[in-house]
Amino acid sequence: MANTDETSLQKAKQRAGMARQSEQGGYSREVQEELLQQSSKSNLGNFLLEKAFMLSGMLTILILLLILGFLLQNSWPALREISLLEFLTGRRWMPSSPEPGFGALPLILGSVFVTVGALLMSVPWSIAAAIYLGEVAPGKIREILKPIVEILEIFPSVVLGFIALVVVSPIISNVFNLSSGLIGLNGAIVLAVMTLPTIISISEDALNSVPKDFKEASIALGATRWETVRNVSLPAASSGIVAAIMLGFGRAVGETMAVLMAAGNALDMPLKEILNIPLPTLMQSLRTLTATIAIEGSDVPWGSTHYHALFVIGLILFVITFVVNLVSDIMLSRFQEVNRND
Amino acid sequence: MTERQATINRKRIREKFWFAVCGFFMLLTLAVLFWILHDVISKGYSSINWTFLTERPRQQMTEGGIMPAIVGTFYVASLTIIISVPLGITSAIYLNEYASKGLLVRIIRLSIRNLSGVPSIVYGLFGLGLFAATLKLGTSLISAALTLSIMSLPWVITASEEALKAVPNTFREGGLALGATKWQTIRQLVLPNAISGMATGSILSLARAAGETAPIILTGAAFFLPVLPSSLSDRFMAMPYHLYILATQHMSPEIVRPIAYGTALVLIALVMLLNLVAIIWRYQVRKRQTW
Repeated sequence: MANTDETSLQKAKQRAGMARQSEQGGYSREVQEELLQQSSKSNLGNFLLEKAFMLSGMLTILILLLILGFLLQNSWPALREISLLEFLTGRRWMPSSPEPGFGALPLILGSVFVTVGALLMSVPWSIAAAIYLGEVAPGKIREILKPIVEILEIFPSVVLGFIALVVVSPIISNVFNLSSGLIGLNGAIVLAVMTLPTIISISEDALNSVPKDFKEASIALGATRWETVRNVSLPAASSGIVAAIMLGFGRAVGETMAVLMAAGNALDMPLKEILNIPLPTLMQSLRTLTATIAIEGSDVPWGSTHYHALFVIGLILFVITFVVNLVSDIMLSRFQEVNRND
Repeated sequence: MTERQATINRKRIREKFWFAVCGFFMLLTLAVLFWILHDVISKGYSSINWTFLTERPRQQMTEGGIMPAIVGTFYVASLTIIISVPLGITSAIYLNEYASKGLLVRIIRLSIRNLSGVPSIVYGLFGLGLFAATLKLGTSLISAALTLSIMSLPWVITASEEALKAVPNTFREGGLALGATKWQTIRQLVLPNAISGMATGSILSLARAAGETAPIILTGAAFFLPVLPSSLSDRFMAMPYHLYILATQHMSPEIVRPIAYGTALVLIALVMLLNLVAIIWRYQVRKRQTW
């Protein structure tokens, strides 16, 4: 031990001497090489580490492509057997009967009507609440209210579906004098509640990021605070609010459990003829795209046409949410850019 | 009163009216929230006792407890976090520490945002097709956990990135200026200061994963299973799915209603408790931070 200590001490002294020597003419060759080796070793290590991190960063791209590819690959057998046109326009969804029908139109309309119904309720509601949070409430109250609103977001959707099933649907059947309250309206109500926190919180952010100068200028010109909200803040925040609504739409159209438990799941077309014109209705039991996968997916024989047909539904859902998210993304980034320039 | 005064008054009244409308909708939001909480707590409270939490369901789920569902949810959520947190954190480190602005980063961010918008049932379908059917893992604990991990990956990445962003740049510059390599700087200066933020983000993701139903319906949750899963390839019971079964699939839904409410309460309590832990932790850490 003592020996090695001594030798290492000597080496260090030597090295120090060499380093001192080299003050005039750079490091000695020996030290230079050693340093070079060390640094290239750690350079290589760092390089490899960086590549490893990059690979893991690219994992999300891989997963997204994998999901898309997998949905396409598994829908293909069904699309070859039944045409896409039949899928999108057929009115009979009976995949497991002896004479199977693969028309997904009732499901598509079900999803769209329930989602639009939900947004008709939740958009005015959440924008009003966002205006209150962002423009009316004093700072302290806002600080308390915002996290409380976000609690709504952490309720598991199955719990909200359960409430819709056992509490809201009896109320609906009483009010409208129906035999069952498990109708599209019930699904739309629970979806409206589920989209509230998303739309409120993003719209409020959008209202908040409108430059203060705009509002102050408006007040200085003699406008009331409400006129400022209506004529200045809301228009300036509009693309952010539209993005919030789009995100809410994406959330609602992809929601499964709540709407599965609330909307009744009948396979009829959600249309009602008034004066021979078929009009959308939420007053009857209906089934959405998401609910269909949840109901039929757990006991479908793997590899059957029915199985592949469910992947077509998955693909339709994927495409809808992808487009909606992409558009809201573009709106949000444009909104941020506009505000940065101001 | 002059005409001008009248206009001003009218404007004031209009302002009051519209602000009251906005306040009303804010109140309505709070009312819905507290009404849901009140309903679940008041109706679920009476069915919760020690037996309910520790016993298996008996008599076709009309008696006994929900212990297998609690344990199953614990298993699947823990596995999910074990898989998704390391992947999420390394992705976040790449995005925040290594990557320079460019096409690749833009594509990665785009796919993260799109992944977080994919409906949960589509993840379920994907997990069923890939893990259960193609990779032959069957409908099992591991298939469900893998599916949930993929689904929670974007949440973990976003939370971890925020934790990394909160570390001031001076830390990195200081480390590099002292001659530390990039990795040394990240490991010894950045990560220790971001780790608690990452942990709170992971707890929040855990809470969300524990409440998910749609993906596990297709990939491994069992209708009724009195034995606990003993290996990764077993099926399992889970609280959210158990609640769904009790509410919609049971022969006599009225009789099991109290058990359903009890399950809903335990589930909500678990999710809110996890959120509370995360919030308190974050608060404590922020208080200790000197920068």
